[in-house]
Amino acid sequence: MSALEAIGLVKRFGALVVTDDVTLKVPVGARLALIGPNGAGKTTLVGLLTGLLRPDTGTVVLNGRDVTALAPALRVKQGLVRTFQINNLFRGLTILENVFLAVSEHAGSSFAMLRPAGRCKPLVERSEAILDMLGLADVRHQTITDVSYGRQRLVEIAIALSLDPKVLLLDEPAAGIPGNEVARLLDTIARLPKDLAILLIEHDMHVVRQFAQEVMVLVAGRVLMTGSPQEVMSSSEVRTVYLGGARTTHA
Amino acid sequence: MTDVLSALSFIGIYGVSYGVVLFTISIGLVVMMGLMRVVNMAHGVFAVVGGYITVSLMNSHGVPFALAALIAVLAVAAGSVVVERIFFVKLYGAPELDHVLMTIGLMFIGMAGLNLVFGPDIVPAHLPEALAANVHLGERTLQVYRIFIVVFGAVLMIALWYVFERTSFGARLRAAVDNRGMAEAVGINVRRLFSMAFALGSGLAAVGGAVGFAVLPLEPAYAFKYLVLILIVVSMSGIGNLRASAWVSIALGVIDTAGRYFHPEIGGFIIYAVLIAWMVFRGHTLLHSPSSR
Amino acid sequence: MNHSPLLNRHRIHWAEIAYWLMALAVFFLFPRNLSLATAIVIMALFALSLDLVMGYAGVVSMGHAVFFGIGAYGAGLISLAGHHEPITGAILAGLAAASFALMVGPVLMGLSGLPQIMVTLALNVILYEAGNKAIAITGGDDGLRGIKLDPLLGLFKWTVFGQTSYLYALGWLFVLFLVVRCLVSSPFGVSLQGLRENTERMRFIGTPVRRQLVVVYVVSGFIAGIAGAVSAQTVKFVGLEALSVEKSIDALVMLVLGGVGRLYGALIGAPVYMLVHQVASEWNPFHWMFVIGGLLIVVVMFARGGMLGVAAMLAARLRGGR
Repeated sequence: MSALEAIGLVKRFGALVVTDDVTLKVPVGARLALIGPNGAGKTTLVGLLTGLLRPDTGTVVLNGRDVTALAPALRVKQGLVRTFQINNLFRGLTILENVFLAVSEHAGSSFAMLRPAGRCKPLVERSEAILDMLGLADVRHQTITDVSYGRQRLVEIAIALSLDPKVLLLDEPAAGIPGNEVARLLDTIARLPKDLAILLIEHDMHVVRQFAQEVMVLVAGRVLMTGSPQEVMSSSEVRTVYLGGARTTHA
Repeated sequence: MTDVLSALSFIGIYGVSYGVVLFTISIGLVVMMGLMRVVNMAHGVFAVVGGYITVSLMNSHGVPFALAALIAVLAVAAGSVVVERIFFVKLYGAPELDHVLMTIGLMFIGMAGLNLVFGPDIVPAHLPEALAANVHLGERTLQVYRIFIVVFGAVLMIALWYVFERTSFGARLRAAVDNRGMAEAVGINVRRLFSMAFALGSGLAAVGGAVGFAVLPLEPAYAFKYLVLILIVVSMSGIGNLRASAWVSIALGVIDTAGRYFHPEIGGFIIYAVLIAWMVFRGHTLLHSPSSR
Repeated sequence: MNHSPLLNRHRIHWAEIAYWLMALAVFFLFPRNLSLATAIVIMALFALSLDLVMGYAGVVSMGHAVFFGIGAYGAGLISLAGHHEPITGAILAGLAAASFALMVGPVLMGLSGLPQIMVTLALNVILYEAGNKAIAITGGDDGLRGIKLDPLLGLFKWTVFGQTSYLYALGWLFVLFLVVRCLVSSPFGVSLQGLRENTERMRFIGTPVRRQLVVVYVVSGFIAGIAGAVSAQTVKFVGLEALSVEKSIDALVMLVLGGVGRLYGALIGAPVYMLVHQVASEWNPFHWMFVIGGLLIVVVMFARGGMLGVAAMLAARLRGGR
């Protein structure tokens, strides 16, 4: 069964068709990468999948349930969790507090009013366990603004994991991270639970090659092709799009 | 029958002239908010200062109305740039609460200052003779001033349209409202543009205060008294939308006038009822910054 | 930093004990100024209710006097209707304010930014005008007079110098402060701070944003209502000013002066503001506006976080310098 499935998604902004009849399947445990040049409509597609945008036609199915009409928060509760391309964290709070927010929400404690948060042992312990797993334990009391960009990316992933996702959408997780920290991030992603379905939206072919079992190429809102990383990278069509569309320098 | 007609034309002229004044004051804030994302609760101060300068030039120095208004507008525009450089620069990019607090502070200081200089009472409006004259309309008389305001509003609208749509200043302004980052990237000096837009916005408010001093009477509490009305126009018209602001202002002017005319007891509420109904149904779409995608 | 402040908020600091002992000491040290002290305590409670929504949940409410006013008129009317027991009277009035918050909350909490500022402000103006027109209920300009109360707990008479009034108001402030303190230290409170920091992100961790905001708005409305009720009960009069926009702005200024989102901001800002106001009471009210306006500008430009914010910064600097 597919963990996440989109069927015939169409989204128009005025006369502009930004998502043009996109169908995709993310099976349980999948490692699917979605690539495409700038302006291919990746961000819009993520919006449609997560519920930030409503498609004009088409459906989104999550674990066999039609969630097309569901608000983002409710999709999260059903196990569809995303990270953000540009760090989207609680910047004034510490790393532990950031993760605590997600853990507490997932445990259904966000309306618990009587007991101090610091004394909610299970919540604090689970938050710390997740930070431990991602190697963030030693910086857990630092404010987001005080840690490196790469660390912030890891916090994004920590928050996502706290929500116990069935499907994880990683929106350009390596964007803006210095090279030496990318390896750590990829390593972390590789160690994520095997039954978790992951959809990676990415620019960087290096990351895609390391991560993906399957790659989907989006161009001008349409699916150009789907295949293994090797197939996609050797496709002349894809090369044309990338070299022509993304203005890669080639001397 | 003629009774109904004269009542309607009375409401029409009074409502529209009221709307024009409201528009003239608010449009400046619409531009400033669209461009700088500044919530300025003190905007009415620019208007009332324009009005006070105009009236005192006329009363104590015998300056003719048009010249007095022109001097007032230029003075307010120049003064506002100083205010922008000192206070508002601190607000660009700051949380909304800071905007509210700082500009409420400025509004209070403006009110206190006006009281200190001009005293607490409403300034009596002495219109120039030509404008104070009456024309007859059925059983009612109508001041030429009201007609003048309506005509003035139409002229202003055309002038603004020209500035925004046909000049390079307008083009840069619209570009910066739509996408600030992009505007900076193509070499528009946003900082200077902000100051110019600020001068324009406050200058327009001063025009409203100066020309409309007989519609919205001048008093120290003016900025506070008309704050809600100005904010209604701004938030109902959306970002930098000239035409919408004009329609909203005129509609508010007419609705308010009609309400007070037909139902003096509860007339003042109608405008708020409209506002709330509109907020409930449309509020969520308000002032969302135009997406860069 | 070796801890996460939000998860340690329940720890009691020695300064807190000192604060409450001082509040109690006022009773013995200034027996002739207890009516002013009572008014201060009431405004502190009102500003505290505003801090809960504004400082913690990031909701900018410009019309909080709506709840204060409903509480005040509610308590007045309950007494005039013949129910003279003060505590249940105040609770009923607070519940009236909370019900109103529950009515308008779902709409207001769906807004943000300028529309929210404006609609809360407009709501305040409307209610004030309505109060002005509904003379049968509010007494219009004359206000509500003849409020009578039974002795507090059946024991303490309401004295001329206001001893009972002060302790009654202080008791409410203390109890509701504990409630707010407990609330902001809880997972619910942490979640509110998440909303303040980044509402959009909260949606993507699955938080029912609006429901959470409505809950805190209703609690805040209740507390503001109690503040209004206690005001009506101790002054034995309710006037239209209880519903005025000026009242809303007063609370806002006090809170900002003391420090937003710091629990004690309201409790420090209110006495400072009202004592200064007391000194300036003979002034022309317009001159007082110079002071309020100046304070607001100074806080935004130079003293983010108000008095407590500046104090915390100085303390940190001293510690760092050592």
